[in-house]
Amino acid sequence: MISALLAQTTQQLGGPIPWLPPSASTIANEVDWLMEAITWLTVFFTVLILGLMVYFVIKYRHTPGRKPEATVGHSTVLELTWTIIPTIIVVVIFFYGFRGYLNMIVVPPNTYEITAKGYMWGWAFTYPNGHTSPNLHVPAGVPVRIVLTSDDVIHALYIPALRLQKMNMPGRYNRIWFETKFVGDPLTPTADGKPYTEQHMIYCNMYCGTKHSEMLAQLIVHRPEDFLKWLEEDSDVGKQIRDGKITPLQHGMNIYGQRGCAQCHSIDGTKGTGPTWKDAFGHEGVFTTGEKYLQDENYIRESILYPDKHVVAGYGNVMPSYRGQLKDVDIDAVIVYMKSLSKYWTGGDPTLGFKLPEPPAAPK
Amino acid sequence: MATATADQGHAGTGEHAHPPHLAHHFDSPEQQYQSGKLGMWAFLATELLMFGGLFCAYAVYRANHPEVFLYSHHYLDATWGGINTAVLIASSFTMAWGVRAAQLGQTGLLKVLMALTFLGGVGFMVIKGIEYQSKWKHHIFPGFYNAYNPSYFDKANKDAALQDAIDYRQSHISGHSAAGLPAEAVKDGAVDGGAGQGQTGKATVAAAQAAAATRDQLAGPTTRRGTMLVDPNAGTGDEAKMLPTFVQPVGLAVAQPKTSHAPPVELGDMNALSQSRINTFFGVYFVMTGLHGIHVIVGMGIIAWLFLTAGRYSPEYFTPVDLGGLYWHLVDLIWIFLFPLLYLIH
Amino acid sequence: MSAITPNQVIPVPQHPPGGNYLNHSRGIMSWLLTVDHKRIGIMYLIGVMASFALGGFFAVMLRTELFAPAPLFFSDKTKAWDFYNQMFSLHGAVMVFLFIIPAVPAILGNFVLPLQLGAKDVAFPRLNLMSFYCWIGGAIFFVFVLAGGIVNMMLPELKGSLAQFGLAWLIQPGLDTGWTFYTPYSSSKSASGVVPATLGAFILGFSSILTAVNFMATIHMLRPKNMGWFDMPLFLWALYGTALIQILATPVLAITLLLLAAERTLGVGIFDPALGGDPVLFQHFFWFYSHPAVYIMILPSMGIISEVIAVHSRKHIFGYTFIAFSSVAIALLGFLVWGHHMFVSGQSSLANAVFSLLTFSVAIPSAIKVFNWVSTLYKGDVRLSTAMIYALGFIVLFTFGGLTGLFLGAVATDVHLTATYFIVAHFHYVMVGSVLFALLAGFYHWWPKMFGVQTNVMWGNIAAAVVFIGFNLTFFIQFIAGSLGMPRRYATYPEKFTIFHEVSTIGAYVMAVGLILALGNLVHSLLRGTPAAANPWGGNSLEWHCASPPPHDNFAKTPETSDPYDYHRWEEQADGSWVQIPEDPQRSKTAH
Repeated sequence: MISALLAQTTQQLGGPIPWLPPSASTIANEVDWLMEAITWLTVFFTVLILGLMVYFVIKYRHTPGRKPEATVGHSTVLELTWTIIPTIIVVVIFFYGFRGYLNMIVVPPNTYEITAKGYMWGWAFTYPNGHTSPNLHVPAGVPVRIVLTSDDVIHALYIPALRLQKMNMPGRYNRIWFETKFVGDPLTPTADGKPYTEQHMIYCNMYCGTKHSEMLAQLIVHRPEDFLKWLEEDSDVGKQIRDGKITPLQHGMNIYGQRGCAQCHSIDGTKGTGPTWKDAFGHEGVFTTGEKYLQDENYIRESILYPDKHVVAGYGNVMPSYRGQLKDVDIDAVIVYMKSLSKYWTGGDPTLGFKLPEPPAAPK
Repeated sequence: MATATADQGHAGTGEHAHPPHLAHHFDSPEQQYQSGKLGMWAFLATELLMFGGLFCAYAVYRANHPEVFLYSHHYLDATWGGINTAVLIASSFTMAWGVRAAQLGQTGLLKVLMALTFLGGVGFMVIKGIEYQSKWKHHIFPGFYNAYNPSYFDKANKDAALQDAIDYRQSHISGHSAAGLPAEAVKDGAVDGGAGQGQTGKATVAAAQAAAATRDQLAGPTTRRGTMLVDPNAGTGDEAKMLPTFVQPVGLAVAQPKTSHAPPVELGDMNALSQSRINTFFGVYFVMTGLHGIHVIVGMGIIAWLFLTAGRYSPEYFTPVDLGGLYWHLVDLIWIFLFPLLYLIH
Repeated sequence: MSAITPNQVIPVPQHPPGGNYLNHSRGIMSWLLTVDHKRIGIMYLIGVMASFALGGFFAVMLRTELFAPAPLFFSDKTKAWDFYNQMFSLHGAVMVFLFIIPAVPAILGNFVLPLQLGAKDVAFPRLNLMSFYCWIGGAIFFVFVLAGGIVNMMLPELKGSLAQFGLAWLIQPGLDTGWTFYTPYSSSKSASGVVPATLGAFILGFSSILTAVNFMATIHMLRPKNMGWFDMPLFLWALYGTALIQILATPVLAITLLLLAAERTLGVGIFDPALGGDPVLFQHFFWFYSHPAVYIMILPSMGIISEVIAVHSRKHIFGYTFIAFSSVAIALLGFLVWGHHMFVSGQSSLANAVFSLLTFSVAIPSAIKVFNWVSTLYKGDVRLSTAMIYALGFIVLFTFGGLTGLFLGAVATDVHLTATYFIVAHFHYVMVGSVLFALLAGFYHWWPKMFGVQTNVMWGNIAAAVVFIGFNLTFFIQFIAGSLGMPRRYATYPEKFTIFHEVSTIGAYVMAVGLILALGNLVHSLLRGTPAAANPWGGNSLEWHCASPPPHDNFAKTPETSDPYDYHRWEEQADGSWVQIPEDPQRSKTAH
């Protein structure tokens, strides 16, 4: 039963080589070849040593009256042989290993640039038009260059299907590049008629605290002609809202979940690194300076863009600024969301959309 | 064949009775002495490696951020440092002479020399205390207690503290030759030249911040802690092609000294990131000199103990004096490396 | 010309008139203030194995949490993941610093080294005791951190309340940075007891250094006159190589930890980029020690294997000189490879190339040892004592674990595998499958000498088999999980990986049972074991030339030294013990 489960798992997780993921990049094949070669080498030497050892232990096991036989106590020829042959083998492995690595880091010209920022605990991938998405969308067959950085501690972008990994260092930039290819057939018609894409896991691979194991994302490989359409559509949140594809409230909820707000601000009243959003909008509060304030649209906007201007009493000055990262439509959506969470907001339902508010009941 | 017997009867009679200082597991005093020396040298190797790690950190930071070191070293008074060096060298001399005295059984002389060596240690620590105190008064201390630290512990008074520190440095420079000349800031395309200090050469906090801010003009959001991202490959063809949402590559504007009497690097010549690194210099400085100071105090303890037990040592047994001397010489040697690296940066 | 006829045996004193080191003096203070290397070794045994049990407990906890992706110990995910992070950090820190680095040198090295030299004690017995108390000091810090973690878990508000009186520092909530303490998480983000944990490791470093200074001086200076360097047992070569590493590498860890503590308490700004520092510098400093540290773990283990394989196959070790030199080669080359832990940190390609090539070079001396051990078995007279079973297990597991290192030394494959379960499996094969197996082999080999009792062979071998099976069940499958992309230090995982974790957790329980059996068997022998002979295995190194247990000062007079791997002068008796027979001029020695 366990072996059946194992087989099923490797089928789900693995590619043509069961213990490796499907290869979704041009470099993956080279890595896989080397993995296989070293695997066979490992198997060979393990079987050799284990076999010889077991054979000797059985053949020369003690029986009453037996004495060890006379042999030489050393053999320089043997020593040199089993020094030189392994040395040659490892030098060859080194060579292929390093050559593969050079192919990973020498960036071809004309790459498509995406920035990957890791933060505790999520990812923000920023495309050349300035749009930020929590997942990494790429066009297949196009060399993509990723610039990695971090907001706070060390993270690492790890995409097993591409066989690639690099640390996101705070305070500096690292770079990787890759060219994806489809594992399946991109001409396959999809169930819901949407454009064909393939998804692969992205993990954070450098321990970064409590939710390290939830810092996941998806690599979504598009057909080249579909990619730019996706980017255009995803970037224009305003258009999505106008077309009714998404409401401002939903967009605000997405921003909350995908852009790092959730890490510090709860929506159920729990005190976190930052004040909770529950019953916050429209409420009064106190800053660390003792100054009172009203939590209105201006205050929310200021907190998002210039968080160190005022700090709520009882909290630290640790909120990062989202200047340049959240557009006005995003900030407006967050405000809508916060209104929906607060009992102090009496100004009406922010999710009305295309309806008009009910007139107040006429006094009797 | 059997080796020399290790059977040392404790009730030994005769001329070569078991000497009181010979431990029972050694065959001879010579073996004991040589073992002690070997062990001591092995221990000194560990000390060298520990400080070696610190020297390595120093080397890495100085190589990567020379302007920070050029700026900061003016806080250190080479005169006091030089006096300290002389004091330690003198105390090493008295220590070595003390070992000789122990070898010759001159107990009285040994005590005098140990006392002098101890006093040398005291003098060193007193001068160190004076140096540390002068820095503390001007808000220059390690880490969060350093006015240059972006997370300075006293947020309300940060600007005042920083101004005080800058003035203190200026007074140090004015007391020396290359005084008051305006720094030749290397102009980078986005910045007005000469920002950071007025023509009179008096740097102010406000001016320095203004200079850093103009460099930040093109900067978009900062990171969670407000550090500015700098592309280490700026100016090469390989820089990250950054988006408007991220920081444009900003070069590090450093006053490149063209002669050995070049004017000092000023605060306004550095961007915010380098400014934040000034406190790292002091972190390195205080950890290196502080750890060394702790070793001096330990050494003083050893010397005091040698003073108190001076009567035990004779030509037959002077190992503790010898080994204590080795330790003190190491402490001296480490300072001899520390002093030029920290105090004599040109 | 001797008057002894060939049939006469030369007796080894069974019960020396002055008693043995265990009953030489009584009372707890005679133990706590002892300078006898044997007693110090026993005290280390108790402390270090208690730490092993503690580290093992954390392992069982974390593997239990990982049985299923959903949180187990707490329903609140944040609490559950925080708890898991503490479990894996404490498991690593306790196992590495309190158990595996001291284990072989402090327990078996302390006990056996002077005996193998025919000496009365180590060069600096009082320093030896100080080493032990440094270990205790470090252990106290870890216990303090652990207690703080437990208290904080049960009474979360207590720390805040104590803050009013400035006593918040009394509660240091465990450790959640991983044993590697990477900055800036450990310097600026973690709320756990990083400072006392690093101070504890700092003090433990002194224990390591002082033991090494002692061993180095002892091997140099206290060898008997006719025991040259190449007449020493290989265990001593191994301990010498280990001492070299301990002396040169541990101070770098000391300064790294000191700087980390300064960064955290004072904000010195050396490792945190927000304060002007460089996080990669921390990694360089940390691994400059921690890579040689793994050779501190494996070298003495290899020394044990050399002894056990030779004695229990009654054959001179094959390739003595090569094994001896390979110990020193591993010690020195081990200092040049630390960067292979940082292949994906963004360091330069040149650095990656150099570290990769040097990493492969350090594999060669280890391979040479394995080939020599297997050659020793050839035409031997192999006895499957429990010690031998563990030694054979070592050879298999070390070969396999070492070979998986090839995947990691090659940069291209390492990019895919680093920080996954592949790495976890690799280092457990070489640390548990190898070092722990060698430690157990050493225990079973020298237990009769240390305590004068024999262990139960049947239960010992059954336990060894269970440990072997449990170990492979736990860790072999992790290679595959890692290769398929399962990251390490994850408290939860995508559903698809569940089967790997289920198998691994079951294996962990099996291994725990086996270890309890193995160690219980040893303890049981202390209570019910049959008395052991002075030389139960027929070894010829000098520790077998004194009584079991040895008298207080080891040897009444320094024994005659000869080739420690020349067994021809020992004859097996009916009761399984060995006695020395006089030299027969007619009989040819086994060549060596």
